[in-house]
Amino acid sequence: MMRADFAAIANWIAPNSEVLDLGCGDGSFLEYLQKQKPVHAYGVEIDDARVLSCVQKGLNVIQQNLEGGLALFENNSFDTVVLSQTLQTIHETEKILREVARVGKESIVSFPNFAHWSHRLSVGFGRMPVSKSLPYQWYNTPNVRVLTVADFEKLASSLGLQILDQCILHEGRQVTLMPNLFGSLALFRVRRA
Amino acid sequence: MSELHLSRNTIHFAEPLPLQSGAILSGYDLVIETYGKLNADKSNAVLVCHALNASHHVAGSNPDDAKDIGWWDNMIGPGKPVDTDHFFVIGVNNLGSCFGSTGPKSINPASGKQYGADFPVITVEDWVNTQARLADKLGIRRFAAVMGGSLGGMQALAWSIQFPKRLAHCLVIASTPKLSAQNIAFNEVARNAILSDPDFHGGNYYEHGVVPKRGLRLARMVGHITYLSDDDMAEKFGRELQRPNGEPQDYRFSFDVEFEVESYLHHQGDKFSTYFDANTYLLITRALDYFDPSRRYGGSLNRALAEVQAKFLVVSFSTDWRFPPNRSREIVESLLSNKSEVSYAEIDAPHGHDAFLLDDPRYHNLIRAYFEQMLEVQS
Repeated sequence: MMRADFAAIANWIAPNSEVLDLGCGDGSFLEYLQKQKPVHAYGVEIDDARVLSCVQKGLNVIQQNLEGGLALFENNSFDTVVLSQTLQTIHETEKILREVARVGKESIVSFPNFAHWSHRLSVGFGRMPVSKSLPYQWYNTPNVRVLTVADFEKLASSLGLQILDQCILHEGRQVTLMPNLFGSLALFRVRRA
Repeated sequence: MSELHLSRNTIHFAEPLPLQSGAILSGYDLVIETYGKLNADKSNAVLVCHALNASHHVAGSNPDDAKDIGWWDNMIGPGKPVDTDHFFVIGVNNLGSCFGSTGPKSINPASGKQYGADFPVITVEDWVNTQARLADKLGIRRFAAVMGGSLGGMQALAWSIQFPKRLAHCLVIASTPKLSAQNIAFNEVARNAILSDPDFHGGNYYEHGVVPKRGLRLARMVGHITYLSDDDMAEKFGRELQRPNGEPQDYRFSFDVEFEVESYLHHQGDKFSTYFDANTYLLITRALDYFDPSRRYGGSLNRALAEVQAKFLVVSFSTDWRFPPNRSREIVESLLSNKSEVSYAEIDAPHGHDAFLLDDPRYHNLIRAYFEQMLEVQS
């Protein structure tokens, strides 16, 4: 199954560029990307089964915990670093964003938007939200940080990241009207200011 | 069930071999075993490089002794991760070894006597040169893969540097780009055990009809400790005392074998000293010490690996303290820096360095997937 954000992220990636996909999962995005355009890419993933899936797909994958930083990668060594729906699973949020910005000339960060109206409604009724973009119960979620479009903008600015582009989606379609209320998935293209 | 198609040959090389040390070996033999069938365009060959005390006998039963199963039999064979129904696998016994290839026990044509101490010091790069000549003889221009664990991984890495066009894939498992001071220290203790054995006779013990068994036993005991993890030893032996059934677990207040782990080490050391050659142990540990491809590039592994063309799979094991994951990451880091094709897996296995020889599903599935992918790309 293709995730709604794949196409939007791929749009921001230039052909023949160097790409690093952090938290690349089973390699679905990199496989999709390479079908769209020629790129030279590596994935980084911690989970054994997902690393295996990447190898089965013939992808370059590096097994590593992102919490430890990106010491294996040199400054500016990638045209684009992708952090797709991974930011919310990482404890050291600021550290990883700094590392992403160090390694990539540009970075693409996507995350589920906690401020979507359905989530607000759920919390309003006294329950943690469970939705397509946050499909877990509070006790079994891999997400350790929940954030909103507005939160990310503020953090990016405090880390010295310039937002080059943003794309807020709901059910695969772009939301332009009050995106922090009506968008369930946020994508940002950023670089060091 | 398909067959392994094991075949063993001794191949003679008459052309002199210049060694890294400056010495020249006038001619030499290599013993090889092959498994599976070489395809028509000779594109399915996989070279397996062996580790310290292993040999050409990688898979299946030894034709001379059915109980002697190849050291990587769980990895290589029909339907196994390195599937000999598709790949033609070559196990080669390294020069200087004591399992049939020319080594210190062989006759030196210059003197008519066994080489003994006169056998020249060999490096990993020398081994790779002999293996490339072997490939020439077999008509293999490019290996589908060169692979190895530990010292075998160093050979695979050296292959990618010395003959970048001659291997499509390079698998470096539980290895390191160079030994640490601690690694060299352990090797030195092992060598010293051998060198100080009264039966060593400066390496010419063959003439005296003796073997420096005590030294070899000690060397192996030291080495063996580094192959296992602390947890693994605790699990296997704990502080159990070596006592016959029913006898109370009380201390004897002596220096004889008291603990199970001591008994295990003695057993491993004794076994080793009956089949391994002391001069070979010295040579191989020295080859380990000397290996450092970055040396001729001012210490830069990035530069040493700048010309590699092979696609890499690097694998380490979390509890390996001989060559811990950090050492494998150095290789990965340099490959990444050069934008080489590389995948890296860090297997969380409890068995220490020896894990690369053991049957761990995560590890074996990974190798299987990697080789299956090779076939898919080929076809």
